[in-house]
Amino acid sequence: MLQMSVNNGHGAVPSHAFARTLAQLAEGESGVLDRLELPDDIARRLMELGFLPGHIIVPARSAPGGEPRVYRVDGSEVALRKETASRLILRPSNGAGK
Amino acid sequence: MSDCHDCAGCAVAEAPRSLTNGARPHVVAIIGPPNSGKSTLFNRLTGLRQKVANFPGVTVEQRVGKAKMPHQHSDVVLVDLPGVYSLNPRSEDEQVTRDVLAGAMPGVPKPDALLLILDCTNLGRHLVLAAPILSLKLPTLVILNMADDLKSRGGHVDTAELASELGSPVALISASKGEGVEKVFQFMEGTSAGTTSLAPPRVELPILQDIPRCRQWAHDVGTGAAYRAPAPPMWTRRLDSVFLHPIAGPLIFLIVVAGVFQTIFSGAKPLMDGLQALFLKTGHGIEHILPPSILRSLLVDGILSGVGAVIVFLPQILLLFLFIGILEDSGYLARAALIADRTMAKFGLQGKSFIPLISAYACAVPAIMATRTIENKRDRLATILIAPLMTCSARLPVYLLIIGAFIADRPLLGRFFGMQAGALLGLYILGFVAAIATARLLKSSILKSERVPFVLEMPPYRWPTLRSLGLRLIDRSKVFLRRAGTVILLVIVVLWVLENLPVKNGQPPEIADSFAGMIGHAVEPVIKPLGFNWKIGIGLVSSIAARETIVGTLGTIYGKEGTEDSLGLRNALRSDLTPGGAVALLIFFAFAMQCMSTVAVVRRETGGWKWPAIQFAYMTLLAYVCALITNQVVRSGIFTLTAHR
Repeated sequence: MLQMSVNNGHGAVPSHAFARTLAQLAEGESGVLDRLELPDDIARRLMELGFLPGHIIVPARSAPGGEPRVYRVDGSEVALRKETASRLILRPSNGAGK
Repeated sequence: MSDCHDCAGCAVAEAPRSLTNGARPHVVAIIGPPNSGKSTLFNRLTGLRQKVANFPGVTVEQRVGKAKMPHQHSDVVLVDLPGVYSLNPRSEDEQVTRDVLAGAMPGVPKPDALLLILDCTNLGRHLVLAAPILSLKLPTLVILNMADDLKSRGGHVDTAELASELGSPVALISASKGEGVEKVFQFMEGTSAGTTSLAPPRVELPILQDIPRCRQWAHDVGTGAAYRAPAPPMWTRRLDSVFLHPIAGPLIFLIVVAGVFQTIFSGAKPLMDGLQALFLKTGHGIEHILPPSILRSLLVDGILSGVGAVIVFLPQILLLFLFIGILEDSGYLARAALIADRTMAKFGLQGKSFIPLISAYACAVPAIMATRTIENKRDRLATILIAPLMTCSARLPVYLLIIGAFIADRPLLGRFFGMQAGALLGLYILGFVAAIATARLLKSSILKSERVPFVLEMPPYRWPTLRSLGLRLIDRSKVFLRRAGTVILLVIVVLWVLENLPVKNGQPPEIADSFAGMIGHAVEPVIKPLGFNWKIGIGLVSSIAARETIVGTLGTIYGKEGTEDSLGLRNALRSDLTPGGAVALLIFFAFAMQCMSTVAVVRRETGGWKWPAIQFAYMTLLAYVCALITNQVVRSGIFTLTAHR
């Protein structure tokens, strides 16, 4: 039932060659989450915090040095490191979400 | 997990609740997601009538309190459960919550009713937890907290409509301001009297394992109750643009850390001096009243000076917890963890380890308790294991004594930074380096984690309430004073007895001939290579209980008052200890884990003797080897140490 494909290979090319990850969004942009390429339990934890497919995510401030970055999602703010954000794949953008 | 919540729930619902009243207390559990104001409500309902312990066998904190009902005689027992988003047992917190709710936690009675507390400024997401909780079919009050925030930010919810959808009563409250709390009391009075009836929910509960569907369910329920989410918290965004500013952010962070550090030392000093003077005065007072006797000696030289030496650290510990409380309750702690994360990651740790490690500069015991904010078990364990290497305030009296006796106070960097201050700073740095090196070692070996990602929810900024800060301070004082009144008192008395036995011709023996002296002589062969004699040996043995004990012990051994006449003690030490031995003693204290309270708290927090045993062995070995090398190097004269004779 879970909408995610577990991707164990490091640096494996995502199936959508043009799909961007959350880590590539700049502050103030927004994107719609497509899937979480993370192990099952971590993905569930993030989904409980609002990182669900279809939700709009807006990157906000980051710690000095660019990470971890705060993301606005589903009414709250959650900080993630780059290594985690780069496993959250966005829907191919035609504009910025809904 | 595929077992069905509903089945467990049915079994529960069949038990006639009115029969369970009688002798057994009425038990109500508070459950809610993190940052929903659970603890605030718990404090509001119980006040001082609460106690903190661990759930048996796990590291999860259990808070149990009693709430006085306004219209009933019997109290209600409240259990505060850990903050969870779901009941899928993945973390220890979720497992504990699930076990308590199912009545499967030994020593914790199965709750008769539940208070489900949700943040109504984020109802869409928080309502997700309502699905598994309501499926338990226990009488449940759904509490929508932060009503004041919802109103001021223009949000809305129809509580009556939500109640009929969920089949449970709904109360809109503000736990921090106390608004609407009477509805919570009314509910608990109703359930304890057995008059609350369960209505079936109008909405169908979702399949709990499917998070997207649960989220959709929560959204639909919210829409049904005319929920309008409030505007984003503008103040939080404004404050974040300062506190997380690329330049101002780290600067403020450093100022906050330095300020906390400085205040713990300088701000607590008048209070500590006052306490010390009070103990001295009491001692003199007793000496006036009582004739010289064994009892007086035990009371004044033993108990009063020994326990007093420990209690003087109470102001520092309270100040530290006041700061941690303010930082945590205001929401800044999450920002501090965010800023510190990158640096901590270099040592294999994470941002949430930062505050406990800084706290360990005051005392490892509260620091280890503060690691509870770290969810990742291995990171938490690593932080617990390295925290005692940070230079705690109990080392300070020892450092001051030895440095004062052996290091000449010559200017090092200008007039205001001398050799002595340099040595002290060096010892602080040494402790820090040892801690992070150990962290790296641990995280690249036995505690290598499966890269659990750093996920940190940023709560909105809030004013800390005096009530919650006060309760926290009272709780920590109790923990600390209990330690001084038990472990340390015991060691002091035992040591005093050993120093005064065996009695010869009705007189207490010379120290060298006493049992304490025999112990000192017995350990001497082991510590001789470090440059320590048998008197230091007694001090070391006594300081296994608490580091600062060595100052008092040496004071007694050299026949001089440890605190009153430190010059005399210094001179005595200087004639008795080689420079190599002195530096070795400093190094030994920097690394060794001489603190029974730390051992005890590590055992409690890690749920067994394994980790404290490993930690004690590691730190003692490190201390021994480093002190040995130091003594040999200094003795061989590679570095010349100038003692000011």
